[in-house]
Amino acid sequence: MSDPRISIIDERMRGINRIIAVSSGKGGVGKSLVATTFALTLAKKGFSVGLFDLDFTSPSTHIILGIEDVQPKEEKGIVPPTVHGVEYMSIIYYSRDHVSPLRGADVSNALIELLSITKWGELDFLVIDMPPGIGDATLDLIRLIKNIEFIIVTTPSQLAFETVRKLASLLKELKITVLGVIENMKMNNSRTIKQQTTKLKVKLLEEIPYDPKVEKAIGNTNKLLTTILAKKVGNISLLDIQKPKKRQSATYI
Amino acid sequence: MHEWALAEAVIAATSEIARKEGLIEVREVKIRVGELQQIERDILEFALSQLKPFKLKSAKFIIEIVKAELKCRACGHKWFFKKEELDESTAEAIHFVPEIAHTYIKCPKCGSPDFEILEGRGVWLESISGVK
Repeated sequence: MSDPRISIIDERMRGINRIIAVSSGKGGVGKSLVATTFALTLAKKGFSVGLFDLDFTSPSTHIILGIEDVQPKEEKGIVPPTVHGVEYMSIIYYSRDHVSPLRGADVSNALIELLSITKWGELDFLVIDMPPGIGDATLDLIRLIKNIEFIIVTTPSQLAFETVRKLASLLKELKITVLGVIENMKMNNSRTIKQQTTKLKVKLLEEIPYDPKVEKAIGNTNKLLTTILAKKVGNISLLDIQKPKKRQSATYI
Repeated sequence: MHEWALAEAVIAATSEIARKEGLIEVREVKIRVGELQQIERDILEFALSQLKPFKLKSAKFIIEIVKAELKCRACGHKWFFKKEELDESTAEAIHFVPEIAHTYIKCPKCGSPDFEILEGRGVWLESISGVK
């Protein structure tokens, strides 16, 4: 028996130019805030952008976006609503504010289901907020989505960076593009992460200082876009991001 | 209705298998649909008939609905999914993403949300027959 849903995923992603997974080796590094702010800054620059929260067991991008009472449309599939200029998809439309205790196989199945029924528009970028670590969702996305690219978020902590090193090594081994690392919540002028990323031959995209204003901006995207975090994340688009390369179109019979 | 999205997936997968197997004509496609998916059979059948390309024109789609059996990982109790025990919005949420069952359903014996879906989840292509 075969799972037919896998066969339609390429088709669902065909209208999307670049798919960028924002990931981290550990939780608590500000990955969801970076992913959401990244999507918002790209949208503000005039790109068509989608944001997909794949952190099924601990989704939080909806809180950052401050959304309430928004639901996707049913149109021979599911059409994500546009929230603050971004097409937004999350499992919270279905789990609401309840906990979703999912094991690995369930995470894979939910991921395949959402990838196969979600109908994104023509997008320049789809930003994916990944669950932390190298788990089922990461392995499934690498398996199912052609030309996916990764941005890895870390803090200055060597504990966080150790997990980044492992994730980046795995991605490089699998020949997946790592656009670079973002050092978040920087408290001083330490060059440790810069040195470590150089050693790893991965670009350090941005160093973002710890900004207490960010916490107060959660749920208010206008406020969020005025933070240092947004300014720094907005700078990322200079070299790697501004010239979208066309994704290979999938074979569809 | 996301039956259409799933029908598209079935058509794409059938076409892919037919091409790989070198079938010049597909006669019969057996599909197993998990009860947890709560598919409207009529809509799925209609969507399949509307979406099938010329190459699958003579294909007959046979849909079997598989009862959803759940097993608690904590106490081992087995039970069957009953849509009528859920409110409309919960049933609809599970319809779109069947794993959401873990959010709303608990073991009727011990109350644990940690259960396994033994059968009755997803859409599967069971067999395809045709002429080479």
